[in-house]
Amino acid sequence: MGEFKVHRVRFFNYVPSGIRCVAYNNQSNRLAVSRTDGTVEIYNLSANYFQEKFFPGHESRATEALCWAEGQRLFSAGLNGEILEYDLQALNIKYALDAFGGPIWSMTASPSGSQLLVGCEDGSVKLFELTPDKIQFARNFDRQKSRILSLSWHPAGTHIAAGSIDYVSVFDVKSGSIVRKMVLDRQHLGVTKSRCIVWGVAFLSDGTVISVDSVGKVQLWDSATGTLVKSHVIANADVQSIAVADQEDSFVVGTAEGTVFHFQLVPVTSSSSEKQWVRTKPFQHHTHDVRTVAHSPTALISGGTDTHLVIRPLMEKVEVKNYDAALRKITFPHRRLISCSKRRQLLLFQFAHHLELWRLGSTVATGKNGDTLPLSKNADHLLHLKTKGPENISCSCVSPCGSWIAYSTASRFFLYRVKYERDNISLQRVSKMPAFLRSALHILFSEDSTKLFVASNQGSLHIIHLLEGNFKHLHTFQPQSGTVEAMCLLAVSPDGNWLAASGTSAGVHVYDLNHLKLHCTVPAYNFPVTALAIAPNTNNLVIAHSDQQVFEFSIPDKQYTEWSRAVQKQGLHQLWLQRDTPITHISFHPKRPTHILLHDTYMFCLIDKSLPLPNDKTMLYNPLPPKNESDVFLRRTAHAFKISKIYKPLLFMDLLDERTLVAVERPLDDIIAQLPPPIKKKKFGT
Amino acid sequence: MVEERVRVVRCGGSLLNFRRAVFSADSKYIFCVSGDFIKVYSSTTEECVHVLHGHKNLVSGILLNPNNHLQLYSCSFDGTIKLWDYLDGILIKTFTVGPKLHALFIPPHAEDSVFLTILKEDPDVFQLVSVKLPKSSSQNVEARERTFVLDYVNRSPKCIDFGNEGDYIAAVRDFYLSVYFLKKKKTCNFTLPSTKNKKNARNRFTCVACHPKEDCIASGHMDGKIRLWRNFHDEKQYTYTCLHWHHDMVMDLAFTVSGSSLLSGGRECVLVEWRDGAEKNKEFLPRLGSTIEHISVSPAGDLFCTSHSDNKITVIQRNLDACAVIQGLVKDRSISTGLMVDPKTKALVLNGKPGHLQFYSLQGDKQLYNLDIIQQEYINDDGLIQIELKKAAFSHSGTWLATVEQRQENPSELEMQMKLWVYSKKTQGFSLNTKIAMPHDDHITALCFNNAENYERPMLVTASRDGHFKVWVLADDSDIYKKAIGWTCDFVGSYHKYQATNCCFSEDSSLLAVSFEEIVTVWDSETWELKCTFCQRAGKIRHLCFGRLTCSKFLLGTTENAILCCWNLLSCSLQWSAKLNVSVLEADPYSDHVAAVMQSAAGSDLFVFKPSEPRPLYVQRTISREEVQWGVFVPRDVPESFTSEAHQWLNRSQFYFLTQSQCLLTFSTKSPEEKLTPTSKQLLAEESLPTTPFSLILGKHRQQQDARSSETSENELVQLPLTENIPAINELLHTPAHVLPSASFLCSLFVNSLLLSKETKSAEEVPDEVDMEENKDSDDSDEENDVTEKAQETHNTDLRDDVIHQLSKYEEKELRKFRKVDYSWLAAL
Repeated sequence: MGEFKVHRVRFFNYVPSGIRCVAYNNQSNRLAVSRTDGTVEIYNLSANYFQEKFFPGHESRATEALCWAEGQRLFSAGLNGEILEYDLQALNIKYALDAFGGPIWSMTASPSGSQLLVGCEDGSVKLFELTPDKIQFARNFDRQKSRILSLSWHPAGTHIAAGSIDYVSVFDVKSGSIVRKMVLDRQHLGVTKSRCIVWGVAFLSDGTVISVDSVGKVQLWDSATGTLVKSHVIANADVQSIAVADQEDSFVVGTAEGTVFHFQLVPVTSSSSEKQWVRTKPFQHHTHDVRTVAHSPTALISGGTDTHLVIRPLMEKVEVKNYDAALRKITFPHRRLISCSKRRQLLLFQFAHHLELWRLGSTVATGKNGDTLPLSKNADHLLHLKTKGPENISCSCVSPCGSWIAYSTASRFFLYRVKYERDNISLQRVSKMPAFLRSALHILFSEDSTKLFVASNQGSLHIIHLLEGNFKHLHTFQPQSGTVEAMCLLAVSPDGNWLAASGTSAGVHVYDLNHLKLHCTVPAYNFPVTALAIAPNTNNLVIAHSDQQVFEFSIPDKQYTEWSRAVQKQGLHQLWLQRDTPITHISFHPKRPTHILLHDTYMFCLIDKSLPLPNDKTMLYNPLPPKNESDVFLRRTAHAFKISKIYKPLLFMDLLDERTLVAVERPLDDIIAQLPPPIKKKKFGT
Repeated sequence: MVEERVRVVRCGGSLLNFRRAVFSADSKYIFCVSGDFIKVYSSTTEECVHVLHGHKNLVSGILLNPNNHLQLYSCSFDGTIKLWDYLDGILIKTFTVGPKLHALFIPPHAEDSVFLTILKEDPDVFQLVSVKLPKSSSQNVEARERTFVLDYVNRSPKCIDFGNEGDYIAAVRDFYLSVYFLKKKKTCNFTLPSTKNKKNARNRFTCVACHPKEDCIASGHMDGKIRLWRNFHDEKQYTYTCLHWHHDMVMDLAFTVSGSSLLSGGRECVLVEWRDGAEKNKEFLPRLGSTIEHISVSPAGDLFCTSHSDNKITVIQRNLDACAVIQGLVKDRSISTGLMVDPKTKALVLNGKPGHLQFYSLQGDKQLYNLDIIQQEYINDDGLIQIELKKAAFSHSGTWLATVEQRQENPSELEMQMKLWVYSKKTQGFSLNTKIAMPHDDHITALCFNNAENYERPMLVTASRDGHFKVWVLADDSDIYKKAIGWTCDFVGSYHKYQATNCCFSEDSSLLAVSFEEIVTVWDSETWELKCTFCQRAGKIRHLCFGRLTCSKFLLGTTENAILCCWNLLSCSLQWSAKLNVSVLEADPYSDHVAAVMQSAAGSDLFVFKPSEPRPLYVQRTISREEVQWGVFVPRDVPESFTSEAHQWLNRSQFYFLTQSQCLLTFSTKSPEEKLTPTSKQLLAEESLPTTPFSLILGKHRQQQDARSSETSENELVQLPLTENIPAINELLHTPAHVLPSASFLCSLFVNSLLLSKETKSAEEVPDEVDMEENKDSDDSDEENDVTEKAQETHNTDLRDDVIHQLSKYEEKELRKFRKVDYSWLAAL
């Protein structure tokens, strides 16, 4: 593998925000996740749970509800009283519409998908009709006394159930009037609480209404008579969310204690047709409140304050033991939040509302392999750059020379010139950025820091020439005719001749920067691209996909390289394909052209193309590199993939020079320490 | 009198918690296995009403007959299944299956087949088989045809259960649950992860129970979890949920009759009721004393009972109130006090619960009470060094009890206390009189009271490893506040700094023998002068005892080197010695016999001899395969009158001994059936009398009779016999209907019997009927449970001709055999 001096960086103080809602779309097998800071992320469950799209958040837009309607349209509603629709192609917000009912607590789409129902703070339930490019207010239902916290349609679309404080009401959709009102018990294990908040309701096709509430109960009601059928006390704290499977044979609830309970409809005896709901398995994958749950045909999905998105497959529904049969826990975004200036040894950290620039520490000491060297100079926090306005930063970059910093929010683009004078640092904003640069999805500087590449959400790529304190717009690559797909990954060749750009689904386009034209398009692949890089000298484009495949494409030859073909022919190692986080960064060794360095959250890998590929019989994770050249056995078993799992969770890793690596870790314990304390539970034996 | 061979018999104190207890259909009785017997207890009075004898080996399973709830099936290691009428204690049928039967299962609605667990191959492969019980009128039926059902099951019946009216069998073993569907003949297996890591290794199944109404199986695990399995018809679609409260292994599970609650228990000594199978909805019954081994539920649903590891059955009401405790001989720990007999109650006394002395009635085979000696909360935890009750001794009259307790954490730190307890007549129990901290500097090896009849000078001698023996006497301990007496040390003796190992008073308490390692010293108890020493140089002295009665001039001692010595105290010389490796040496306090148990490789042999002659009176080889730990002579209530030399030693006392595996055994000449006490039978007959028209007539008749007798007694002084005493009625009651002659024939007899007074008297004059009448008399006294009368009866029988007595006994036996409660024919009258 070779020896490296590693900067082990742990001062990236990043805390992902908590998950508020998840919405599962059965048609496209995608999952929309909204976080407490208003960010909305789209995960493609068929593509190994890759986070393929994201919409940056907004301070005032706290989402409370998220739903899919009419197949592929995604809506969200929040406490600012607005209903938003997202444009999944251009990755921006289509429109925002005020519902005029105060903060919106709940929203649900009708079974047909043509109507949208919102529950508001003032106790009103409002029905909206979907038109092809907008939504239109239709009417109000009977107004209730207190806020509507949860809503559910009957699968036939004739009735809805609405959960409020202390009661659940059933409305007739046609008349909009209340048909049934079911009052909940405030008692919990002998203690009467001041109120019982119905956090979630679900309406089943047989007329059963399931309610989950703040006293820790899951209750089943008969909506025809308004009577309680069965009550399950499952928690000492709130039960906050519920999701029912499409077949209505199982549902899942999440509690504030971090437990997710699975309920199943099980026949009472094998001979009788009578069935009953039984609490089956509890899952404790969360430490904090489970704010939201979803039920896909094969998995239970939950998310909460502890920022993890957990996908727990149902083993009985999984046909074969493959990638889908394993538990997934997604904590970190599948995009880069860190950029690095190699020349000045700077790291730029991107947070939701600010940027931090750090200079790495240095040492004069030397040591053996595995030693921790003492720092002669500590890492330096050079810059803290706060954004203007309520919007979150969507992307940022520092130039390789370290003298330029660029970042973008959903509506504005900022470029700064940084000047270093000994210990002092001065920042100068480059004003009058052109309007077309706003809402960039990816920003990249060329290797010599003279050019800035910006991928905007309209699918166009802008090239800007940077001068001392000024800039010049060189060219814009317009998207292929007809498509408006946003480009979200860019890579430029070190010699500055080639630019590769990839969208969310179509193939990778390679542009010739000298002639400012499209050079070629790498054939489209089924799975989205997770990382791109162009090798120096050879100009080979290395592409990593979300199914863990790695391709090498020669740009000058416009075809896959021999090595790439060999990899495809033999296939990658089974364990390699089973890793559960995508490769987020690829880099190259400047002196060794056969080496490719790549990493995901849990490992760092150096691929040596000169060595044979591992087959399924060899060990993928070789525990130790060969210590001396004479070690015949180890040399014989050596293969192309050299994997190190020392650093995890690894957010960023890059080569500063031939012998120096920088690794940015973010230990989970540090994140948990910064979260609010969870509900205290008595643990036996303490 | 014909003297039968002396046999070694189990005399009670067997494990009551070997298998789940079973309730009768009306919850009045609890059945539990007890060694070779089945005991029938009343669930309200805790009294043993019946013992069902018949099996020749350990009973391994009992169940009510699902087709007749007045009958009970039992299976045993002797390879038979027996069907009992438990109300009368009659064996109805015996089915011989053949191999050792480990467990018995009878699903409801099974017509005539039962399921049994048998050993397939050693050491631990068991299979479940079904056996068809043939319908036959004969008493002994062969049922050797077995159908294989399930292989590789666990031997414990807790690990197999039948669900949904016998639709499927759930069996657990190690890490898997298999469900066998009887109709479909299909097995579904569910395996839990069992990898090496510590968390999963505790996944092992311990017990299983099936829901009575729904398709739901509850399984208990080593780590304290309970899993509720559902949807197990499909190996893929199955699902389970976890209930977790126990921190240690779940010992047993049971569903209530309606299935609304699940009961579980374990080492925590807490019975947990899970309502609706919900984790949050549970009730507890804590402080049950010791580990819950089994839980059973009455078919009526009003009672539960738990069997505990300290040989106890607790009966619990539906609202989780413990309402009765059936306590057997506690066998939880090692016996360090040995066996003793409380002179007042004649109860066997030994270690019981930790820190307690238990008083165990051999006659009633039940615990009388527990005396808390250490009086400290017992904390059940591994590795904790407890205070242990080491020695105890009763004074001759039973007024005083001395106990020694100690706790030793390391060799240099010894905590020891001697306590002296006085029997108080008012409270009918022992109360603490004197507490002596550190009576010796080292372990006390022996303690004994003097045998003196004079109560004013009781004396206690303790011998210790510190080289001293101390004499403790009762002294005045009064102060200005109260008058009191207490124990103080009177004399300290030693002999050349040797360790004192044994001490023993002679019968008249004039001499005290104390052994110091190899040397026996004899002291005058008045002056504490050393009288003489004996030294045989044959190893350390292990036991020491004086002869009794005619042999009181002899002192017996055994040594480590397997020598039994007998010294003559008059000549101060060795009378005789024998090469015997004696492990137990006990002198009968009521005769001059001494019993010695010899330890050899093949087992233990018993020798009974008189110290006066070096010749065994009685030898019984291999009384037990194991080492005999302790023995004691227990005086008989009623002396026997054996004449032959070999049996004479059993006349006044009975020898009880305890083996290594804590089996309490004794010697008996009686056949087991004769051991039945008549009191228990009467009790049952009374209780089992149902309210039929006939009984109402009888009851009315009896009342009238009573009233009349009280009226007439003054002027006429005619004593009318009670209805039960009339032989005709007795015969009617105790003879099965099908063997009775026709009703018209009986009617006149019956009416005649009710009309008696003068007839009986005249009948008495008929010489032919004298015998019968007298027999009847003896029957009466039998039933009336009066000790004095019984003594009289035995007296009578002794005087009477043996042949007649034998005949009457035989008749009685016959009658008993045919007795059956069936009054239905009366309705037709």
